[in-house]
Amino acid sequence: MGTNETTGPSATEEGVGWQTKFRYVLNSDFVRSAPFWAVPFAIMAVAVYGGIGYNFAISLTDNNGTIEPATFSNLDFEMYFQALSDPNVIQAATHNLILLVSFTAICLVFGLFLAIMLDRQIRYKETVQMIYLLPMSLSFVVTAQLWLWMYDTDSGIINELLGLLSLGPIDFIGNPEIALWAIIFALIWQFSGYTMVVYLAGLQSIPSSQFEAGMIDGASTLRIYLRVIIPQLKASSVSAAVVLMVFALKAFTFLYAMTGRYFPPQGTDILATLMVREAWQYNNWAYSAAIATLLLLMALGVIAPYLYYQYREGSL
Amino acid sequence: MANNGSNFDIRSIVDGMNHRRLGIYVFVTVFIAFFLVPLETGIMTALKSTEAINRSLPFLPPGGDGFTLANLELALEQVQRGVINSLLMALPATIINIVLASMAAYGLTLVDWRGQIGVLLLFVAGVFVPYQAVIVPLARFWTHIFPITEILSPLARLVLVEPYHLELIPLMITHVAYGIPIITVLFRSYYKSMPKSLIEAGKIDGKSVTQIYRDIVLPLSKPMFGVVFIYQFTQIYNEFLFSKVLIGSASAQQATVTLILPQIGASTSGLDYGLRMSAAFLAALPTLVLYIAFAEQFAEGLKTGGA
Repeated sequence: MGTNETTGPSATEEGVGWQTKFRYVLNSDFVRSAPFWAVPFAIMAVAVYGGIGYNFAISLTDNNGTIEPATFSNLDFEMYFQALSDPNVIQAATHNLILLVSFTAICLVFGLFLAIMLDRQIRYKETVQMIYLLPMSLSFVVTAQLWLWMYDTDSGIINELLGLLSLGPIDFIGNPEIALWAIIFALIWQFSGYTMVVYLAGLQSIPSSQFEAGMIDGASTLRIYLRVIIPQLKASSVSAAVVLMVFALKAFTFLYAMTGRYFPPQGTDILATLMVREAWQYNNWAYSAAIATLLLLMALGVIAPYLYYQYREGSL
Repeated sequence: MANNGSNFDIRSIVDGMNHRRLGIYVFVTVFIAFFLVPLETGIMTALKSTEAINRSLPFLPPGGDGFTLANLELALEQVQRGVINSLLMALPATIINIVLASMAAYGLTLVDWRGQIGVLLLFVAGVFVPYQAVIVPLARFWTHIFPITEILSPLARLVLVEPYHLELIPLMITHVAYGIPIITVLFRSYYKSMPKSLIEAGKIDGKSVTQIYRDIVLPLSKPMFGVVFIYQFTQIYNEFLFSKVLIGSASAQQATVTLILPQIGASTSGLDYGLRMSAAFLAALPTLVLYIAFAEQFAEGLKTGGA
């Protein structure tokens, strides 16, 4: 060290400059924080983004048959053209769209209703909230079994009740016309507790003085909620809607568990079930990968505006 | 005086219970029934004999000779292995996952550097990527590129587990990898609300980045570790698609409980609902107990993290 300092001024300048720079880089928060985030980031990036890239590469091949190391020759978009003109894909996408719109909308409205109800200073609020949220702690595999039994034609509870009104019996799951709606109803049962919790958090962040001010002005409770409170729940609505919409695109487990086969009940096939069936039942790996990419693009259509919104609001 | 006081109290209670409030409580009760009936019906059905299932209303408790534990016993025999496999897989996966995610969130939140937002964006986007977009390569990855089960197979004799438990390792690692984004986001939202002054004080004391994490951040994140553990353990235990893709068959020795459940009680003559409901109840029991004990933590994870 000492000798370094006594050498000519020009050399010192260069040497120290380089060394300080290096030490500066080493001590920078970027490098010092790297041991913390780099490993999880690498694992996540390989799994998520590496997986997406590999999936895209497979979708360009003509790979089918047994799982074997893919051969990447003759790459083209043939599978995508095939998928976009496949009536099964179009039908599945339509079901996805119905599920996405109705499931998301009803969950939001119903969840908001539950949240406002619980926000009205009711007793045993914690217990009630726990009961409403309970379905969310169950696996889709479990809830699918519960609803299969609820909808059973011979002795399911819903048909027993309809029987008391001399209606039915209705084959909810077996009838392709209504099966999708029956499943949407079951999923709303499972998810509305989630939207409720999101809205409750939003409601609690609004100062109660706003409500009291409205009361003093003589506005009705309903009016205060519609004019003052609900408009402030935009952020809650957006984040809950994104979660629900993405779920509506990828929902697979509930449908699979209804039948225990790759074919969900007739009239409820969505892209997620179609994609898994193409791959694991028929071994059309490339075709399945192409459908998966289309599904990802649809999900991106939901996620990208959301991330942009979050970024702009500075809440990322 | 005392009399007056109690009169006043009663009046205020009666006033409080006006029609509107009564209406709210009616709704609250109706929805309690709405959310509980499917579960209650399932449990009641699990306790009934086949004959009683056909005869009685599904949600009524079994009466007299209709009561039986036979279905539960039979179901236990069939799901036991799956429950053990799922717990063996989900517990380590959850712990590794949350440790890694806590570190990532610390590095991306409490230590400031340029370009952070870009890395963070990749984490947040990773939360929403549908698993369908990666499962075809995932199956190939564990069979061709990195057959970890084969690599580790000499270990099978050393460890105190059954050899087939090693087959759970790819599933476990998969859950860790895909669980990192959501848990990182959860930890980050917690770390962002942590007072900056604590970190500043640590810096002034001359603590390194690692010391700040160990001495200041970790002790303060204990409640958050609870929240994410409850949340993520429930998610991993309940998950189905990865099990289906990586293990496949319900008859495989290493099958998880979610893989086994949809096959129980199915036969050509129809579904044995008594058996199926018993199995569903037993399969749900671990997360159900966890939820009832820690409902608040579960809700906390859900509202920041998403479903």
